[in-house]
Amino acid sequence: MQQKDALLMSSEEETATTVEQLKGSEILLNGLIAEGVDTIFGYPGGAIMPIYDALYDYQDRLKHILVRHEQGATHAAQGYARTSGKVGVVFATSGPGATNLITGLADAQIDSTPMVCITGQVFAHLLGTDAFQETDVINITTPVTKWNYQVTDASEIAEVLAKAFHIAKTGRPGPVLIDITKNAQIQLTAYHGYKKCNHIRSYRPTPIVRNSYIEQAAALINEAKKPFILFGQGVLLGNAEQEFKAFVEKTGIPAAWTILGAGAIPTDHPLNVGMLGMHGNYGPNVLTNECDVLIAIGMRFDDRVTGRLDKYAKQAKVIHLDIDPAEIDKNVKAHVPVWGDCKETLPLLTALVKENKHEEWLAKFNNYSKEEFAQCIDAEINPQSGELTMGEVINQLNQLTNGDAIIVTDVGQHQMVACRYAKFNHTRSNITSGGLGTMGFALPAAIGAKFGAPEKTVVAVIGDGGFQMTLQELGTIMQSGIDVKIMILNNQFLGMVRQWQELFHDRRYSFVDITSPDFVALAKSYYIDGKKISERAELKDALKTMLDHKGSYLLEVMVTKENNVFPMVPQGCSVSEIRLK
Amino acid sequence: MESKLEKKEFNITVYTENQVGLLSRIAIIFSRRKLNIESLNTSPSEVESIHRFNIVINETEEVVRKVARQLEKQVEVLKVYYNTNEDVIWQELALYKVPTEIIAEHVSVERLLREYGARAVVIRKDYTVFETTGHREETDALVVVLQQYGLIEFVRSARVAIIKASDGFHTKLKQFENREPGEPAAENEYLNNGDKVFTM
Repeated sequence: MQQKDALLMSSEEETATTVEQLKGSEILLNGLIAEGVDTIFGYPGGAIMPIYDALYDYQDRLKHILVRHEQGATHAAQGYARTSGKVGVVFATSGPGATNLITGLADAQIDSTPMVCITGQVFAHLLGTDAFQETDVINITTPVTKWNYQVTDASEIAEVLAKAFHIAKTGRPGPVLIDITKNAQIQLTAYHGYKKCNHIRSYRPTPIVRNSYIEQAAALINEAKKPFILFGQGVLLGNAEQEFKAFVEKTGIPAAWTILGAGAIPTDHPLNVGMLGMHGNYGPNVLTNECDVLIAIGMRFDDRVTGRLDKYAKQAKVIHLDIDPAEIDKNVKAHVPVWGDCKETLPLLTALVKENKHEEWLAKFNNYSKEEFAQCIDAEINPQSGELTMGEVINQLNQLTNGDAIIVTDVGQHQMVACRYAKFNHTRSNITSGGLGTMGFALPAAIGAKFGAPEKTVVAVIGDGGFQMTLQELGTIMQSGIDVKIMILNNQFLGMVRQWQELFHDRRYSFVDITSPDFVALAKSYYIDGKKISERAELKDALKTMLDHKGSYLLEVMVTKENNVFPMVPQGCSVSEIRLK
Repeated sequence: MESKLEKKEFNITVYTENQVGLLSRIAIIFSRRKLNIESLNTSPSEVESIHRFNIVINETEEVVRKVARQLEKQVEVLKVYYNTNEDVIWQELALYKVPTEIIAEHVSVERLLREYGARAVVIRKDYTVFETTGHREETDALVVVLQQYGLIEFVRSARVAIIKASDGFHTKLKQFENREPGEPAAENEYLNNGDKVFTM
């Protein structure tokens, strides 16, 4: 490489200085290596060709996974980031390559996933001329990125990349996009090495913790008779699982999770009382409106969690721990806002709270749990007759994986069932599209999840609808040889929409009846083994075969067609109006 | 509490880095909530290299507070303040083009202009341009009057506003430039003074 650069240097520069001259594309790749990047998900094209040309010489240091569609690259990078805790990296070309990133960027933005996307752009002198494959990527992506920047000169690349990584992973993480014009990729410029960024004067990722508010929060918690913890992905993003567990165990407070908070403490932990929200557990929803102190940790009171806001926890004093000041008071007024990184604030709080047990209060959750089990869970996970249910498939999967697998879900009924019934012993094991609800997320995200956690079993649980949105990524699985278990729960419907049509639209099933190809044959055409089952007697063995299979495997499970996910908080209702049937 | 739910004019002052694309990043925070920007001005600030946006919207304080937080969340935004009209000194500039022929014939115009504090910027044979600065009602009132004298063109600038209680941005910037900000830099006036001030 140095030899090549020497050839490209003008004789004057060569004699005048020892400063290395590198192309913009090489500076970019050096920067990625310096940031600890090992895997890139991408797709080449005209405007990013110089970067791909440079990548040809970096294959020993940077693994590039060729996806089949740029949306797949973004979801794969998300899956990678969620399981590994590192920043996901995406390459795409200009124009259509860049516009195909939008869904993934929006998903990463709303779910706070650290991601750096590099897009190629037409030559700087062509900007604004409607050049071939030119699109205004910066403006299109502004609402769905934490930060974005267009580079038109190679000398900017190192600094901008360093800034991008700093922004993507600090504070409340999020997606960042750098658009690099083709001339900047080709241009030779003096390279002074790569310096990581750790400070941007206008950017305050972590608010300074104020002790007086920690003290107020502790006082409220110590006086509380019926305190209740709600925790979200902030605990995972802050790598604060240990600190969180210590807080929960010392205070003895029942804790319930948002969909993205699952796994922050194990499913079976005695103080883990279940999931919040529309399809969450009975007790956590009902008792939200009975608790006296609500302690929200790294969660943002999404409308799917709160239901009707004017009837949400009105009786409770609210303590809200969040790193993002814009979340405080956004949906639910906080009596004590604790701004800061929960990795920092939780230990401060734990130190000030009294050791406690709230046995009677916890028993209430357990009683609701028993009622929920009797009225909906039992029939869902242990049906004795009739067609297979989604719940029993997940339950059987738990028994075979012992809760150690990474479960990647798509969006819809199967997602709610999987999140409700899957067992998570470990953090960063539940990978799903939470805020955006992106159908088609699971298959590419599972690929990324496996690259991010190669030692784990990764099971993608997908509906028949969502699978057909991104099934082209079977090609990525085939070519990369990655080991992903794909489980399609096929109810021959767009199930969640059908459920709503049944419950709220007089069973007018408007365009939810979806047909599917022969998924197993489709997988086989990509040289992926598979099987389709529909009988209870086959379930355990089929799951075992899937899990034991060397390499990727697709299992299609035909499940009952018109099953509904319950409990449910109907839209516009209070959480305490949750329905069991 | 009632006043929080009542819509009124708020002056939002945004201190930012000077960067391409930031205007659109700021504008979409308003358009996303379907909020109409009544007036928007960008200018240098008292500190070199720091830009200052003056944005006027007609909204409830609750919404303004949320918008202010989302503005401040942007990477290149240093600080956001919001103030009612009573909290700021503000001015708007207006230009009026009228036919010279007509106004020259009307002696009363001169008196009118004196009344409205206007001054002539250009006087040509065919037209004259007057300028006035002041509050919206003042510049509007002159429009009504000049309509009678064949007003050809009228334009009004965005509002610029100075915050009465502000000490400027110099010391604040020093705090932002500190790599390891000490306790004083981490002022949370909101927490101290919940209802009055927004700042981070």
